[in-house]
Amino acid sequence: MTVWEKLRPYSMVAPSIIIFSLFFIYPIFYMIYLSMFDWNFVSPTKTFVGLQNFKDLLLDADFRKVMSNTTIYTLLTVTLTTGLALLLALWLNRKGVFHAFVQGAIFSPHIISLVSISLLWSWLMDPEYGLLNWVIGLVGFGKLQWLSHPSTSLVSLVIVAVWKGLGYNTLVFIAGLQSIPKDIYEAAALDESKPWTTFMKLMLPMLSPTIFFLVIINMIGSFQVFETIAIMTQGGPINSTNTLVYYIYEYGFRFFKIGYASAAGVILLCIVGVLTIIYFKLLSKRVHYR
Amino acid sequence: MKTVNETAGVTANRAIIGGSTAGIHHKRAVWKSAAAYLLRAANILSLLVLVLIFALPFVWMISTSLKTMPETMIFPPEWIPSNPVWQNYIDAWNTGPFMKYFTNSVIIAVGILILQMATIIPAAYAFARYQFAGSKLLFGIVMVTLMIPAQLIFLPVYLELSAWKLLNTHLGLILPFASSAFGIFLLRQAFMQISEELVEAARLDHAKEWKIIAKVMVPLVKPVLVTFTLFSFIAHWNDYFWPLVMTTNETARTLPLGIAKIREVEGVATWNILMAGNLILVAPILVVFFFSQRQIIRAFVYNGVK
Repeated sequence: MTVWEKLRPYSMVAPSIIIFSLFFIYPIFYMIYLSMFDWNFVSPTKTFVGLQNFKDLLLDADFRKVMSNTTIYTLLTVTLTTGLALLLALWLNRKGVFHAFVQGAIFSPHIISLVSISLLWSWLMDPEYGLLNWVIGLVGFGKLQWLSHPSTSLVSLVIVAVWKGLGYNTLVFIAGLQSIPKDIYEAAALDESKPWTTFMKLMLPMLSPTIFFLVIINMIGSFQVFETIAIMTQGGPINSTNTLVYYIYEYGFRFFKIGYASAAGVILLCIVGVLTIIYFKLLSKRVHYR
Repeated sequence: MKTVNETAGVTANRAIIGGSTAGIHHKRAVWKSAAAYLLRAANILSLLVLVLIFALPFVWMISTSLKTMPETMIFPPEWIPSNPVWQNYIDAWNTGPFMKYFTNSVIIAVGILILQMATIIPAAYAFARYQFAGSKLLFGIVMVTLMIPAQLIFLPVYLELSAWKLLNTHLGLILPFASSAFGIFLLRQAFMQISEELVEAARLDHAKEWKIIAKVMVPLVKPVLVTFTLFSFIAHWNDYFWPLVMTTNETARTLPLGIAKIREVEGVATWNILMAGNLILVAPILVVFFFSQRQIIRAFVYNGVK
């Protein structure tokens, strides 16, 4: 083997590894480093403050509100999206042009820019002239304030997220359903198993890897919600929709408290990290819970 | 495969056959088949309602984009405006330097894609076909990257790009995405499925390694590359977060930022203009989706799962 042959694989992976190191791996360590400093980006000096930023964060009522907003948003979005998608998948899992059309229709929001979706839903949720208030008016309900009242704003954002994510989740479930071997159903049919029993005892366990995949992916996605917040509510009214990434963005780019924002970033990193580790642990075990 | 409803349909059918042969349960059989038809009709009806929930917002968007400002406030709404105002699109386009936004969007999305192709093909090939010391560690870096979202590390990357004087440049928006962990992962799977004999045969012909990759391997994984192209282009065409964070002026700003800005420019929400602008952003993706729906769903759903 010549020297070149030995070096060849390294030269082939080098460009990618350099990019990843510069823009993904190194920034993580840099962010952890920055989280221990008091720095406003403009001044040349960084002051080391240890864990003070984290302490400040945990004592800040706004940050606690942000964390609870993010958690509520995530729990609602993930349960609703995953749960409804499973029901839809059982319903829509057929062959044929019509079903393919329905699947395509519900999937379409997934590829549309979140900017478009946010603007579109801001318009749908307009309290005076929005379509939603007109529709619920037809059914006899009064006008809702949707995004402009703190009691409904977070739930309104959940509705948008569920609307956007439902189709993707449904199709992933359908893919999961189709990978279940057919003879299992035939065996169940021979045993004259009731549909509900077949679902609980056969399908749900076989689908568990898909469910875990979607729950984790949806959670990671929900914890980083930004676009809808930035365009639809800017965190308001009265902080009711401020979430983690938006908070980091504001502290970094509006108030220039780089160390403080980095500390919040480290907290997000920990959350996403734990979720990822759980995901890979479960994936490597390939749980089926038979 | 059977779903709950189909199984119900089968039992209903069985009851019909059983009833007619025996001749006793005839009435019951008719009743049951009528119920089965009703169920089917209800099923199709609810499917259409489902489609409406997802299609109506888009229809509403198109409808609004063709109305005058007063028409947007009329209820019940006129779904198809009698005098469509095409001028709205021109007005939306003229709210900012939209030609610039558009070219920036194209340069950045295409630039990212070209660089990604140049970096992921050799990397995926190396991970799939060579055994070399440290390959596990290096592939570990790829997998970690796969799970790190841009939303997590924008602050340090911003400082990095700022130090390199790359803010507000195309390069600054392209470089962080010049390779793709997802792409490497996807392509490596595809390369591993190609039989070793094929490569050996090419080697016996004294073909150079890069030539084998370009002439033998790449054509074989073309469907995967198409899939990845769709995935990458859509993701970066739609991206709002990264350009928003990494630019402070118009020089490198992209279409999604321009559209979102229409609202700020106008002050009062002129929904008709805003929806027209919105459609300018959505249309290319919707057209692509219309023509390659299966391919796109494959790209996003099936490859992500397996």
